[in-house]
Amino acid sequence: MDFNSDKPIYLQIADGICDRILSGELASEDRIPSVREYGAELGVNPNTMMRSYDKLLNEGIVYNKRGIGYFIAPDAKEKVLEEQRRLFLEKDVPAIKARMALLGLDAKIFND
Amino acid sequence: MIEINNLAFSFQKYDVLQGISLRLEEGKIYGLLGENGVGKTTLLTLLCGLKSPKSGSISVDGRAPFDRQPSLLQDQFYLPDEVLPLRATAIAFAKERGIFWPRFSMEKFIKIIAEFEVDPNHRMDKMSAGQLKKTWISFALATDARYYYMDEPTNGLDIPSKAQFRKAIMQYTAEDSTLVISTHQVRDLENVIDPIIILDSKEVLVNASIEEIESKLCFDYSKELNPNALYVEQTPAGFVQVYPNDGNSESKVNLEAFFNTIHMHKDVAKSLFGNK
Repeated sequence: MDFNSDKPIYLQIADGICDRILSGELASEDRIPSVREYGAELGVNPNTMMRSYDKLLNEGIVYNKRGIGYFIAPDAKEKVLEEQRRLFLEKDVPAIKARMALLGLDAKIFND
Repeated sequence: MIEINNLAFSFQKYDVLQGISLRLEEGKIYGLLGENGVGKTTLLTLLCGLKSPKSGSISVDGRAPFDRQPSLLQDQFYLPDEVLPLRATAIAFAKERGIFWPRFSMEKFIKIIAEFEVDPNHRMDKMSAGQLKKTWISFALATDARYYYMDEPTNGLDIPSKAQFRKAIMQYTAEDSTLVISTHQVRDLENVIDPIIILDSKEVLVNASIEEIESKLCFDYSKELNPNALYVEQTPAGFVQVYPNDGNSESKVNLEAFFNTIHMHKDVAKSLFGNK
């Protein structure tokens, strides 16, 4: 897996899982690999994987069945959508607006 | 749990290590970093019992490695930087040596060596340096040891084998095993090693998890220089700069930049990551 350079790896992995939930590749009640399995797959330290899973657990996007593993929560997609929309509006939109102003473009570009 | 207390070692009158204290927890993959000649290899050979401390102590779950008790030896594996090209096929070697590790699995050895694309029927003294290293790595992982001490394991590996190595050390080591990996090739192992130990000639400068490093330092790739930058490095796209984290930001640790920051500011290293 290729990681970009500015975001902590554990967040990039959590984002990757959220993207797969949005695209439907991971559906609610799907089991995701154990920390160790996923770490081996990505070539990433189990500590880092644990931090990704902890973050998703805290946000209620995955849940843990003791002794069985991690599963996608029933309402994971709604939660991820809500959070990603909020982030898009708070971060991406202002950045796009600023860039458009810099380049002398207006909202008409979205019309086609 | 490995506890190193006030360890010292010297070659006759040359002091190599002094006052080293470290605690290594199970289930972790430690990256041992340090400049040439600071004693990384010496520390690994002390940990596995090849050398005896001049003073201070090492305890591996209550046992001193230099006592070389079979119960500890069968639970550990030391992989040196230069490995022996024996006059035997990989498979004969594994059969003969595997018996010293009670959990050694021939099946696992065959599986791992196949993943590294080395022919186990090839004679070790006819192999290339990289093939030989991969044979030893496969053997090491097949012993299912609890303590691994690896000196520059990615040296000599070709590009696909480095990725294979990263996967294999997570796939084939037990969850409660402890790995200590010395390396200069931090890019090879950047996402694998955590915590990070930085050794200096006479002391341990840092023993900290990636999470702790992230919480204390920012690694900034923007184009504006921060006045508090401890370290700045020019890159094709701008800078990498390292400065103290005010507690609000999260960035990806760049191990090369981290090492250089610590190397230039040993005082900062001590105040931020003071020895625990």
